[in-house]
Amino acid sequence: MPAYPDLTLPEDGKLVHNITHFARALRRAGLPIGPGRVQTAIEAVAAAGFTEKADFYWVLHACFVNRPEEREIFHQTFRLFWRDPRYMEHMMALLLPAMRGVQEEERAAEAARRAAEALLADAEMPPAPETLESDEEETRIEIDATATASAEERLRQLDFEQMTVAEMAAAKRMLARLALPVKPLPTRRLRPDSHGHRPDWRRTFRASLRTGGEITAIARRRPATRWPALVVLCDISGSMAAYSRMVLHFVHAVANRQGQGWAKVHAFTFGTRLTNITRHLRRRDVDAALAAAGREAQDWQGGTRIGESVHAFNRDWSRRVMAQGAVVLLITDGLDRGAPADLAREMERLRLSARRVVWINPLLRWDGFAPRAQGVRAMLPHVDTLRAGHSIASLEALAEAISDPQDHGEKARLLAALAGDAPGG
Amino acid sequence: MTQNPASIDAVQQLLAGQDYVCGRALATVAFLALKLGRPLFLEGEAGTGKTEIAKALAAALDRRLIRLQCYEGLDAAAAVYEWNFAAQMIAIRAAEAAGGADRDLLTAELFTEDFLIERPLLQAMRPQPGGAPVLLIDEVDRTDEPFEAFLLEALSDFQVTIPELGTVRAPEPPIVILTSNRTREVHDALKRRCLYHWVDYPSFEREIEILHARAPEASETLSREVVAFVQRLRQEDLFKKPGVAETIDWAKCLLALDVIALSPEVISDTLGAILKYQDDIARLQGMEAKRILDEARRSLEPA
Repeated sequence: MPAYPDLTLPEDGKLVHNITHFARALRRAGLPIGPGRVQTAIEAVAAAGFTEKADFYWVLHACFVNRPEEREIFHQTFRLFWRDPRYMEHMMALLLPAMRGVQEEERAAEAARRAAEALLADAEMPPAPETLESDEEETRIEIDATATASAEERLRQLDFEQMTVAEMAAAKRMLARLALPVKPLPTRRLRPDSHGHRPDWRRTFRASLRTGGEITAIARRRPATRWPALVVLCDISGSMAAYSRMVLHFVHAVANRQGQGWAKVHAFTFGTRLTNITRHLRRRDVDAALAAAGREAQDWQGGTRIGESVHAFNRDWSRRVMAQGAVVLLITDGLDRGAPADLAREMERLRLSARRVVWINPLLRWDGFAPRAQGVRAMLPHVDTLRAGHSIASLEALAEAISDPQDHGEKARLLAALAGDAPGG
Repeated sequence: MTQNPASIDAVQQLLAGQDYVCGRALATVAFLALKLGRPLFLEGEAGTGKTEIAKALAAALDRRLIRLQCYEGLDAAAAVYEWNFAAQMIAIRAAEAAGGADRDLLTAELFTEDFLIERPLLQAMRPQPGGAPVLLIDEVDRTDEPFEAFLLEALSDFQVTIPELGTVRAPEPPIVILTSNRTREVHDALKRRCLYHWVDYPSFEREIEILHARAPEASETLSREVVAFVQRLRQEDLFKKPGVAETIDWAKCLLALDVIALSPEVISDTLGAILKYQDDIARLQGMEAKRILDEARRSLEPA
């Protein structure tokens, strides 16, 4: 925890004090609140007056909340705090050492540090473990919201702590080699470029002034470029068990290679339910990241409901993470038990909102793979390209597939097989 | 010039005068934005009245509304200012014809306010009749990060710099309202300078009030049925849930068709006014619409 700078605020009785305390409580609960915002809040309360509790609530809400997710944390903290500030402090104090002790320090001491040193030798050491309150808080809420598990769901958590030597070595190799050369996309923004196709009148005129208004050369511009975003949907069901862990290593590597391509990497896992693990993958330490992701996703090695998971993605996330023309990487074997029509519909929706949908199917490593499973049949027409992804070599080949719009991978072959099969099935 | 409202109640009344019904929470944030002179950042689903509040505020305070619609690739030339090149070109040629193409003189003459085309952000920094304008920066999530960074600078000091002319500073900070549909996360640094509010779908009673204000011709029964149906519809598993704007549109459609009460047939004929995705419309055809209508009616019964 950083030391709090001393605020020089007008001391008007207890209120300023309490607001500052409340801000600290929120900060501990994971809201990013700096002294500047505390100042604003105090000004705001002074401006709005202190008349009704509801107004007071919304005044502080306007100053401290920045995202919809934070509303619930704010609400709970407000409710607790303004009942009795001491109670809150007391609870936080109780929670803090327990969580740190169990979840972070042990792990970081053994597996995580070692892996970090091994895997990110050239990078700087991971920052000191952050406090976990926000994780804890949000996790609890998310579980509350999705506690609609059906009986058939096998809730099993995968323990990432025990990485085998072979896995570790493979991950290391992959990290060393992995440089995803994504082609940048042209944007509508223009930048100066002497070989550009568009005239830059403003610069032309500025230059012409030096020659007394005579235009000697026309300055030019061309579209600037930006990196696309990547959305990874990774199947972690039983049939993918041996595979998904490796793939998550891969995703972690991609997500943490800043400035190497992808503007943003959003990662989701699904088995019987969809889980957003983007936040967890941001940790530098691959072990800590995957352990956090493992805690978050409750459906490791259970059944698969691809249709429903893609539906959940389309409904809850697609508008938020796909707006900037994202490439979707769908990693699944396509063995779905749901209705094929539903799956096909959701896949179509997914493709309509993405720049490209790349399907990685580990089953493709077998030569004789034919699209027999109904899930595969339903999904195949709605992806841009289908690729194998069982080995590190194939993951590397993937980079080209993602950036090349002409690449269709194995799709054409399998579609042909599908057409040949169609009358029978 | 209209004075800023003195209390949260005053804001609520002011907006109500413009047929904008707003909850206590939104009124509080709007009041603070006016009082503290901070930008107001409104985020929420499409069609929940984020843009409308800027219009209502401008009308109620009798200020000019300046709107900057964001899009991908929006740059300073489109958002702040641009030089009028055609006019500059003519001025150069005219000077040449008169035989006075002096270099210093040209600089002084070509880059003056006469040749400046002001775009929304610069306009908002200029004094306006009636007081500081309302600057609406709409759908800020559609633009890209470089522009956000630029906004950050413009909004923290309320000034823009034109290299040829110098810095233009707003004599009185404009009332800034930013809206976002959250198609991507706007950077925290920008949000931190603003007062944040998430605009949610309104409750049943509030939506009835809104409908009364916006479509007063609709009968009491029809309004209640329409709102109950839409509220029920929002609980369904839809790709895009209907917003308040859709409710108002739909009520107007029904009025235009002289509908007195909802029926499954009427609903399926006019579904395009509330649902904008084919998947969603297909879901609601036939029995499904009837089921939701029945449920909506049941929810109305006790009242």
